This record gives sequence, structure tokens and C-alpha cells, in this order.
Amino acid sequence: MEKIAKNKIIEDLMPQQFGKQGIIWVISLLVVCAIGFYAYCRQLYYGLEVTALRDYVSWGIYISNFVFFVAISLVGSLITAVLRLTDVHWSTPLTRIAEIIAVSAIAFAGLIIIVDMGRPDRFYNLFTHGRLQSPIIWDVIVITTYLVISLLLLYFPLLPDLKIMIQYKERNGKWLQKLYVFLGSFWKDKPAQFKITEKAIHILSVTIIPVAFAIHTVTSWLFATTYRPGWDSTNFGAYFISGAFLVGAGGVIIAMYVFRTHYKLEKYITDDHFNKMGKVVVLLALIYLYFNINEFLVPAFKMKKSEEEHLMGLFTGEFSPIFWFAISASMLIPILILIFKNGRKPKWAFTAGILVVVGSWFKRYLIVTPTLLHPFLPMHDVPKNYMHYFPTWEEWAIAGGSLAGALLVITFFARIFPIIPIHETITETDYHEKA
Amino acid sequence: MKMNENSRREFLATSLLAGAALAGCNGNPFTPDKETDVKPSGKMVKLLSVDGEIIEVDQAFLKPIPELPTVTNSDARVGIPGKKFAMVIDLSRCKSVKKCQTACNHMHHIHPGQNWIKVYPMQESEKTAPYWQPTTCMHCDEPPCVKVCPVDATFKRKDGIVLIDSDRCVGCRFCMAACPYSSRVFNWEEPKIEKEIAAQPYSCETSVPQKKGTVGKCDFCPDMVRQGSLPHCVSACPNGVFFFGDILEDSVTNGSETFRFSDLIKDKSGYRLMEDLGTKPSVYYLPPVNRNFPFDPAAGEEKKEKA
Repeated sequence: MEKIAKNKIIEDLMPQQFGKQGIIWVISLLVVCAIGFYAYCRQLYYGLEVTALRDYVSWGIYISNFVFFVAISLVGSLITAVLRLTDVHWSTPLTRIAEIIAVSAIAFAGLIIIVDMGRPDRFYNLFTHGRLQSPIIWDVIVITTYLVISLLLLYFPLLPDLKIMIQYKERNGKWLQKLYVFLGSFWKDKPAQFKITEKAIHILSVTIIPVAFAIHTVTSWLFATTYRPGWDSTNFGAYFISGAFLVGAGGVIIAMYVFRTHYKLEKYITDDHFNKMGKVVVLLALIYLYFNINEFLVPAFKMKKSEEEHLMGLFTGEFSPIFWFAISASMLIPILILIFKNGRKPKWAFTAGILVVVGSWFKRYLIVTPTLLHPFLPMHDVPKNYMHYFPTWEEWAIAGGSLAGALLVITFFARIFPIIPIHETITETDYHEKA
Repeated sequence: MKMNENSRREFLATSLLAGAALAGCNGNPFTPDKETDVKPSGKMVKLLSVDGEIIEVDQAFLKPIPELPTVTNSDARVGIPGKKFAMVIDLSRCKSVKKCQTACNHMHHIHPGQNWIKVYPMQESEKTAPYWQPTTCMHCDEPPCVKVCPVDATFKRKDGIVLIDSDRCVGCRFCMAACPYSSRVFNWEEPKIEKEIAAQPYSCETSVPQKKGTVGKCDFCPDMVRQGSLPHCVSACPNGVFFFGDILEDSVTNGSETFRFSDLIKDKSGYRLMEDLGTKPSVYYLPPVNRNFPFDPAAGEEKKEKA
């Protein structure tokens, strides 16, 4: 990183007020959220009847959206923990982006699972009557654990930055100043404090890796512990984890690009960051591709009767357009773009990131729904509309609302806190100067 | 092995009456109610007393007792002691009349359009013979639905029956994903049932009333079994397809014929569905050989249109 003066760094990285674009962005997100909320009120009143879910396809885009959220949240552990523990320094400016994506995604994963419940009013039963034998309870436990660790990993590195921001009282305004003081006034930049946080972050980084693996492995087990063709797979845990790291990395590239262009952070999120993240995405896409081959080629080679309908539906049947779109958008095309040096320039990397995230969303849909349309016994003695699934407007609105909500959390976070760690950037620059 | 038909009927009748007598034990059921002041009709009815004596009572004094004392939730979760229930479905007798389904839907007040009993037209492959296969809940001994339930809302009893506590179910539908027999249905909206029924407190043994946002399924009618009667599907079937009984007693009956369970399974090569999954169902099937009726593919459809 080129040498930048300390004051300049602070000036560049301090959170900024929403501009015109920002306000339009926030308002549009709020509108999407409001529509989703209205749809959810309808669902609460009329029941899950308002969805297209029926006895065969009893899990639809709510659950695929849940899987998507859990997946994308894994990136927090990848960037903050894995890269940190392996002593990779270039990723420092990206840690907070990754961590806020993780926090907001995992929070909305929890919300969307409540949305999917037939009796959200009995949510407390999970605690009063919880059965530890059920994978759902495992999921509740690991997801809350992951949320707590992620919040701490977001908060601890923020402390030195809070101290810097508290100094700019006039700029902050009354409310933000109060918030900063509340959150960080005890931080005095003492060496002892640094030592403790450093140690805490290190311990949390080690802890979060198994927890991150657990959240997505357990999520995959919600499917893999059943007998159904397409879900009954020992490959599922690894398949889910690899896909999760991929979509998360794609999400980070998108966020990097948006923050960089919007807040003019070219000096901090450099072309080299895109170059390196691009390489990371290629690696992750190849790993995910490998698990996809395992997941589809092996059963397709055998073509067991129970699997056949499901697999053919994906390869050439009803779901084939989405299937091939998801495979190419989330893996093949991004690999093709990002293996070239020019493809790792910000704009192309951003395009690849969008493809990865959109493709991955549909991939989750394909994991959940087609399987349910191929039960062991043929679909029979049910009304006609039970044999198909296309989400209703309420489902789209609620799923869309949850995505908008997650983006809103990230947006407000970037409005309130520096999205690139100020203190760490300063120390990194000092370090480079001395070197 | 066939029991004497008369003696079996008598047995059923007495157990019913004994149940009725027990139910009214807070007062003497044979003395007229003061408030209603019943006059003797002169018609005498023979009854078997609790002591085993045959007694005569005037018909007018017999009060119908609408319901047996309700079983508590904890009793309903334990089951009927010393029993292990099983069902045998004889595929050679089924021609998809679907009286089982109608009776089941009616007695359990199931939301219109939903069925706990399904009658599948089955054909394993192109050249194999088609046949009708009614399915109930399999009441598995290794129930995948119970394994995955996060709140113990669906549970396995000591008598082998798998039930649902609709007052506890959170509606996550994991059990529906887990059940390979597609025997579970969900109340996507407020079930359309009569107000008086809907107002009743829910009982795991009757599965009534069904509740919005919870899962429902065949329950082997433990309320009927407790009274010494057969599940509704068994008694409704005109072709005697369904046999119900206690494996520990080794006998099953469809209401008019009674067999030794082990002999029936042995003689007719009984089997269970999807044995390879290891779910160990309590429902056995007798293969569709020497059939009473030819397979008429229109049978299932016709019923649908009428309904």
C-alpha cells in the first residue's frame, strides 16, 4: 500500500452521510422490506395457505433462502479467521466487510426460519420442549453460537476505531456520538487492552472455524438425514461448505466493488485486492465444482430408479434450465472470467461476483424443491395444485424482503461505522513504512 | 384360523358395553336420571355386568354415553399397556372403493381435499401387474419422523402407535420431509370443520380437532381401540381389506374374519413397504395374488369426480 498520511486515512475512511444515491438505495430497500412485511402479515393471518407450499413441496423458497443466508454468512469465518490464522495480510481491509455480511446474513437466516414455521407463536417450544436428538435443535444451537462469535469478531476490532471516531464529536452528531461513547468509551488505546483484544480475537478466530463448519454441515443434514433421492447423500456436508465459501467470496467481491466505487476507496480496496479475491473465487469454484461432480455424476452413473426421475428432471427435464443456469453462473462462467488476469480487474470481478451469488441462490432452490416433487410413492390422492410448485407473490415478497433487510443492515452499518478498519489500516501503513 | 363368528361379535358387544359402564362410573348408569325422569319402556335388554353376570335392564334406563373420559396428554403419550398394534392390508381384496378414506376423513374431521389414507394405483414396471395399494401411517418402529421432530410433538408410544400432539407442533414440517411414505399432511389454512368440533380440546388419541399450521396423519384410531373397537378404515371397508390387531396376542381382524397374525403373514407371504430403509413399519401387506377383483384403473378416478 502506498504511503498515506494518518489524517488522510481517517478522513477517507470515516463513515459518510448518505448521498442522493444512498438515500434512493435505502428507500428502495425499505420499500421492498415493507412489501415483504405486508406479505408476512397476510401469511400470519391466513396461514401458510398464502404460499404455494403444499404437502409434497412442503419446503420452498423460504428454506432455500435460509440455506442461502447460512451459506453466505460463512465468508466471515473465511476472511477473518482462515486468512488471519494463515497470516495473510492483504485481506485486512476486507475483514469488516466479510464480518458484517456474516452477521446480517445469519440474523436473517434465523428470521426466515421463523417465517417458514407453521406456528411461529410456538417458537418458544424449541426451548421448552427441545429435543437434542433433532438436527433442527443442533441448527438452533450452532446458529446462535455463530451469531454471537461473529458479533464479537465484528465488535472487538472496532474498539480502536471507536476511539478515533469519538474524537470527531461535531462531525458525528448527537446520536452517533452517544452510540460510539456507549460502545467504546472504555477503550483507552492502552497496550494491555490491545493485548487482551488481540488474544480474544485470536481465540475467537480459532473457535469460529469449527462453528462455521458446523452451521453449514448441520444445515445440510436437515436434508441429508432424510431418505429422499437428491438429499440422501454422504457428500452433502462438504458439498454445502464448499458452496458456502464460494457464494460468500462472491458476495465480498460485490461489496468490495460497491463500497470502493461509492465511497471512493480505490487506495484502500485496490485492484490487487480484486486480483487476489478473484483467485480465491476460482479456487473455491473449482472445489465446489468437484463436489458437484461427486454429487451428480455418481448417482447418475448408477441411475437407481428412485434417483432417476429426480436426476433427469435436473439434467433434461422440468428443472434443466435453472440447473444449467445455476451450474454455469455460479461456477463455470466465473472460473472462465477470473482465470484471466484481465478478468480479475474490478469490473469483471464484480460481474463474476454477481454471477456467483445469483447462480448460488438458484442452486439452493434446486437443492430444496425438485427432490420434494419426487417422493418414493407417486403423488396421488391430493388436489392438482399439490403436484407443482411455483412460489406465490407473498413468498417472493417475503424472500425478497429478507434479502433487502440483510442489505439494509449492511448499508446502515457502513453509515455508522467505518467499513474499512481505520486503526488497522494505519498500523499496516506504519508497518510498511518501517519495512 | 377363524374364530366362531357369533362369539366374536358377542365379545365386541360386551367390551363396548363394559366400556360404557366404566365410563358412567361416577353415578350408577342403570338408575334413571332424576332430572330427565325416564319411564320404563318394558323392553328388557341383557347385559354382562362387571362381575361377569348376565343381568336384565329396561332399555329406557340405558343412557348413551357420548364420550369416554378423555385420556390425559401424558397417558396418550404412553399408550395402552401390554399392546403392540399392527395392521395387515390385503392387496388382493382392494378395488379402490375408498370407503376407508371417506370414513377416515369424516371421523377425523380432516380439511376437505386432504387424505390421511391414500389409495395408490401401483405398477412397479411396464410388464408387472397393476394393483391398488392403500396406505395409512406405517407406525414405524424406527420412525424417521419422530427422530427429526425438534419438540417431541410427534412421538412413538409403547403400544407401537405414532401420534402427533397438535398443541405442541411448531409446524417446521421436518417430519414430512423425513417420512418416506408421504403419509403426513399439513394444515396450510384454518381447517374447515364444524364449530363445536373445532372448539373441543385437542386429543392426541383422536387427532381432533386438526389445527392450522400443524401436521396431521393417520393415528390408528387409538380412541376406538381403547373402546375395544376397530379403527374407522377397518370397519368401513366393504371388502375386508384392512386387518387390525395386537401382535402380542398374535391376532388380527377385519371385523368379520379373524386370523392368527403370524399364520396370515406366513401363508400369504406378507411384507412391509420399503424394508430396505430400516423403518420397520407396523403395517404389513399381503401381495395382490388370487385377486377378488380385476384392476380397474377408472376406479380411483371415478371416486375423485364424485367427491
